[in-house]
Amino acid sequence: MTVITLADIMFGAVGLVAVGAALAVVSTSHLVRAGLWLVVTLGAIAVEFLLLRAEFVAWVQVLIYVGAIVVLLLFAVMLTKAPIGRSTDLDRPIWPALLVGAGSGLGLATLFAWVYASDGISAPPVGSAEKLGQNIFRDWVLPFEVLSVLLLAALVGAIVLSKKDAKS
Amino acid sequence: MMPTLADFGKDVWWIVLIKVLAVFVFLVVMTLFTIWYERRVVARMQVRPGPNRNGPFGLLQSLADGLKLAFKEDIMPLKADKVVFFIAPVISTICAFTAFAIMPFGPIVSLFGQKTPLQLTDIPVAVLLVLACSGLGIYGIVLSGWASGSTYPLLGGLRSSAQMISYEVAMGLSIVAVFMMSGTMSTSEIVKAQAESSQTTVPDVLGGWSFTTPNWYVVLLLPSFIIYAISAVGETNRAPFDLPEAESELVGGFHTEYSSLKFALFFLAEYINMVTVSGLAVTLFFGGWRFPGFGPEHAINQGWLPVLWFTIKLLIALFIFVWLRGTLPRLRYDQFMRFGWKVLIPANLVWIVVLAGIKTSQNTDNLLWAIIPVALLLLGALFWPSKKKAVEVPMEKQVAKRPAGSYPVPPIDLEVPVSPRARRITAEREVV
Repeated sequence: MTVITLADIMFGAVGLVAVGAALAVVSTSHLVRAGLWLVVTLGAIAVEFLLLRAEFVAWVQVLIYVGAIVVLLLFAVMLTKAPIGRSTDLDRPIWPALLVGAGSGLGLATLFAWVYASDGISAPPVGSAEKLGQNIFRDWVLPFEVLSVLLLAALVGAIVLSKKDAKS
Repeated sequence: MMPTLADFGKDVWWIVLIKVLAVFVFLVVMTLFTIWYERRVVARMQVRPGPNRNGPFGLLQSLADGLKLAFKEDIMPLKADKVVFFIAPVISTICAFTAFAIMPFGPIVSLFGQKTPLQLTDIPVAVLLVLACSGLGIYGIVLSGWASGSTYPLLGGLRSSAQMISYEVAMGLSIVAVFMMSGTMSTSEIVKAQAESSQTTVPDVLGGWSFTTPNWYVVLLLPSFIIYAISAVGETNRAPFDLPEAESELVGGFHTEYSSLKFALFFLAEYINMVTVSGLAVTLFFGGWRFPGFGPEHAINQGWLPVLWFTIKLLIALFIFVWLRGTLPRLRYDQFMRFGWKVLIPANLVWIVVLAGIKTSQNTDNLLWAIIPVALLLLGALFWPSKKKAVEVPMEKQVAKRPAGSYPVPPIDLEVPVSPRARRITAEREVV
């Protein structure tokens, strides 16, 4: 019998906020507000990290995702078109989206629950950046470097694509 | 007593409440004072008296201005997105206030019988919190620009978001060197790491005398501090980098459509951000609240006195902000962005690698002899003279390159050749 603590209840509530805001991202017809709902989602995930006492990951989440990536996203949207009020050309058929979204969401949830149900994850010390750094740069250094090469390839690809556009 | 990370999170609730209130009042008073200070100092630099009517030396001027703003009509533009227009200044202000929560003011003191450090709170990643808050503060500016439903604010908001993101990268990288030296990201621990003084002896050839320097990171990590200082000015949108609100180009930038208390909130956030980056500079590079030259247990570094040292250091940093504004003309936008991405960030990365090399070679024998040739090789490759001649595009071609259908104005990065008159003057000077 496990005891439900206040932190658990908070965790669930913030999780609901994250999922609700994520639904709002795809269902709102205001273009910029969709970006703002995305901020709420990512912020709620940061709060989840805080509740799990992973302070470093939480603040990096805010710094990178909320503070840089979504700002750039909004920046790009505002630079091209950002009407105030509803957009009429954003609608897509609802059923395929619902099927794919719910399917992948539920699938991932079952997978994680199935994998980690029997043996829990041992929690690292509170808010420690040291442990994380050791994990990434000792045990997981190869995937880390491969990921950075992937990002570099994406960057080069973006430059090549934009160059072609400029010529034609 | 020097507080460490372990001393936090033990306060009684009413002590926390008092500290929150104290930080709030400190920031508001500092804002009111800084506005007056800035106007007086700039006025003195421009040989005029500045505000001197309200109160002694005009000290109450900003209070009067604040009251005036509160009684003005609050205008909501017809085309604005009402909700976001309202939220934007709130985001700006909340982020500005939150960032100051981890600023260390002094050592552990006794407050109503409770032992408590003079700092609202501290976490293992405190400096990241400041960076995250300034990252969130960008939303206030971008959204206010967009929600106004007007062209100039939108352009101002876009400019400032690009500028702040770019300079946030440079700022974050400049702080990395401090983390590497102190081995922690908590502000109280960083202050503690700078507590001692070190004896430096000049080589015998130059006389062999020795002197003590405080272990401040401004001495040990001067390149980092220079980069931090430049990017802090860029990050707070202050002159000479105040392009988001360049009056001559954008009317007022992102807050053009704002009035009354909402405008006051933006003003407040801007000045608090100034105070925060100055406070962070003091904490990270100037030994925090400690008086230089005395040990951590000396009476001058005990009790409530350090709050005074912190405030004095803060005011000196703020003076430099005002000094820059009074001295330097505004940069052009493309020059500013080029400087950030092509000079500050690469220089910073090279410096971090050099520092990591030095630190590793201190721990490992004979590694230094391996590092030196590699460093020489890299430097040689960097400064190897290029055979290609720089292409000079004539002005007519640059102007003709503008996209079809745009207004007939010269491109923003137009490279103007040196005028014949200036060339003649230089030539004459060289002959003489």
